[in-house]
Amino acid sequence: MKLEQFCSASRVVIVAGKGGVGKTTVTAALAQTAARAGLSVLIVEVEGKSWLATLFDRPALGYEETLLAPGIRGRTLSPDQALVEYLDDHGMRPISKRLRSTGALEVVAASVPGMKDILVLGKVKQLEQARAADLIVVDAPAAGHAITFLTSAVGLLDAMATGPIAKQAADVAALLTDPARCRVSLVTLPEETPVAEVVETAFALEDRAGVTLGPVVVNGMWPPPVPCTPRLFRAGARAAGITVTADDLAVAERSIGFAAARRERQDVQVRRLADLLPLAQIPLPFRFGATLGPADLEALTDAFVEGIVALAPDVV
Amino acid sequence: MTVDGFASRSPLPALLASRQIVVCCGTGGVGKTTTAAALALAAARSGRRVAVVTIDPAKRLASALGLDGLSDEPALIDASRWDPSGTAVAGGSLAALMLDTKSTFDKLVIAHAATPDQGERILANRLYRNISTVLSGTQEYMAMEKLHQLHADDAFDVLVVDTPPSRHALDFLDAPNRLVRLFDNRVFRMMMGPTRMSMRAAGAALGAFMKVVAKVVGTAVVDDVMAFFRAFEGMEEGFRTRSLEVLRLLESDQAGFVLVTSPRPDAVEEACFFADRLRATGIDIGALVVNRVHPLLVEVPVPVGVPVGPASDALEHVVATWRARAEALDLVDQAGPADACTMVASLAELVRAERAAVAPIVERIGRPDLVVEVPVLEREVADLDALAEIASYLC
Repeated sequence: MKLEQFCSASRVVIVAGKGGVGKTTVTAALAQTAARAGLSVLIVEVEGKSWLATLFDRPALGYEETLLAPGIRGRTLSPDQALVEYLDDHGMRPISKRLRSTGALEVVAASVPGMKDILVLGKVKQLEQARAADLIVVDAPAAGHAITFLTSAVGLLDAMATGPIAKQAADVAALLTDPARCRVSLVTLPEETPVAEVVETAFALEDRAGVTLGPVVVNGMWPPPVPCTPRLFRAGARAAGITVTADDLAVAERSIGFAAARRERQDVQVRRLADLLPLAQIPLPFRFGATLGPADLEALTDAFVEGIVALAPDVV
Repeated sequence: MTVDGFASRSPLPALLASRQIVVCCGTGGVGKTTTAAALALAAARSGRRVAVVTIDPAKRLASALGLDGLSDEPALIDASRWDPSGTAVAGGSLAALMLDTKSTFDKLVIAHAATPDQGERILANRLYRNISTVLSGTQEYMAMEKLHQLHADDAFDVLVVDTPPSRHALDFLDAPNRLVRLFDNRVFRMMMGPTRMSMRAAGAALGAFMKVVAKVVGTAVVDDVMAFFRAFEGMEEGFRTRSLEVLRLLESDQAGFVLVTSPRPDAVEEACFFADRLRATGIDIGALVVNRVHPLLVEVPVPVGVPVGPASDALEHVVATWRARAEALDLVDQAGPADACTMVASLAELVRAERAAVAPIVERIGRPDLVVEVPVLEREVADLDALAEIASYLC
């Protein structure tokens, strides 16, 4: 599939997945991928995890938009920020502060299920309608909360038919269910539990939120097994003029054995995911350095582009 | 140090032997539930009567713990399953339960209601139905409520508790906590009826508040809100007393806190947040568990939490040496051997990076002796065998 076609399939992509699967990194890589396709991108970080900016080697994200890279802007949009902004926008600025300080805001928010989620998505919708960017990438809340987050609008409409929040919920539902406007990209790891959870989340989202799911991003793939035997290794070392000890040889054997075993277990899970979930997959490589920075983002973006190009033309 | 048949330098055996409550906290995806379950298993094997309270276990782990149904009451796990060889210290037992926020809240309401009728009214209220599942902090509060019940019940020597995977997980440490604060706040008092002091001002403020609520959520909700607060009339004192009791219990030396993390920078950042939060409440961390640590396959001893210094330099040297070998091999088109050398370098780099990632939290806690490492396992932790293996690293 062509990169441009993939990146402009919808105006909003919501990146969702369980905690620890690398959702935030995938969000950044997707943004970078779209920027390479020539699109302007806005990253919206809803959990206040401002460290996303370190992937671009920029200072922490804030409520105000900042430039992260050419063509890529970013901002946070936490539920509390969305609620305050909603009150301010609806002429309640003078008392919104007091509502917060007394804790009454918490009561108001709790009186309507999923209200904060709807306000966050409502703000995303507003950004989308205002054409804030060619593509808006939303780093969704972690874990099972993604389901609550994306089904909040439908749930609220079931409970309440009128009022300003119900109107907001209807707008959000319209956004989520229109594949030309919004898609959800799920992220997982090639491990037993994350695979089980992403399958469950995918079916729940399609059934209950009516969203269109893009390819599943399988993060953290180890390299394919290294084709090397002790005999080949010794021959290679001789050819390169390197002296290797018996210890070195043992270390090399242990290392490629460890990596191959890991990859083999991952491949089992990748096949299992393909069997359980009829969605295309985009594999991203495991990064061995634990501190993620711009170099990692570049490498992940390369892999993302490669993964998209490898997709069948009719996938999206 | 030998405590109750354990022999190790880990702080966890002593913690499990001396505390009645062990709380595991940390961000999502770091293996908190697994750690809690493995600790419970270790404690049971050391002869203690244990219950593990889980929040949202993965399906296969839940099955392993006998939590297939909705069991929010402790269910005993047969000893033959956690002690197949019969080598455990006598007298131990292992039970597990899964927290059900709504049902715990329901029981609490029924227990504190003045009359059965009041209880029924609350359970039927639509706002209550939302609050009991949606209001942030409710799940945490109910975990503590469950803890209170189990602690009072005396059937267990030690309770090992999992916490929800969010930053809010420690909200119950707020005194008074969120739910109590809800009943404590001025709006609530206004709704519960004007005070003698400022009947008029309160009435006016209530009017303004209700207008806002109506504007935001529609008038239909307003009636629910009013009904909700009226339904709770007279119950808030019981709630407050109860939550303060739990808080005192957690702050006492009957409770121990285990911070769980994985050796990745984002997880460690969250761990630092939790560490600060515990410190601010005056609670000591009993142990820091670092899960899924990759093994060092080269002979260079590098203690955890050491980002710089001779050990780290040695590791750096290993990485550089093998990268140089890979390059040399590449030059003579020895792709296989070159890739093998790159893999050695990458794995050493991974270990170096993991150690560097963990350093900030070890420094924050200031107690390297509290660190317990669990290596990444060659299999999924989804049965009691695997839990026993984890437990062997923990204790």
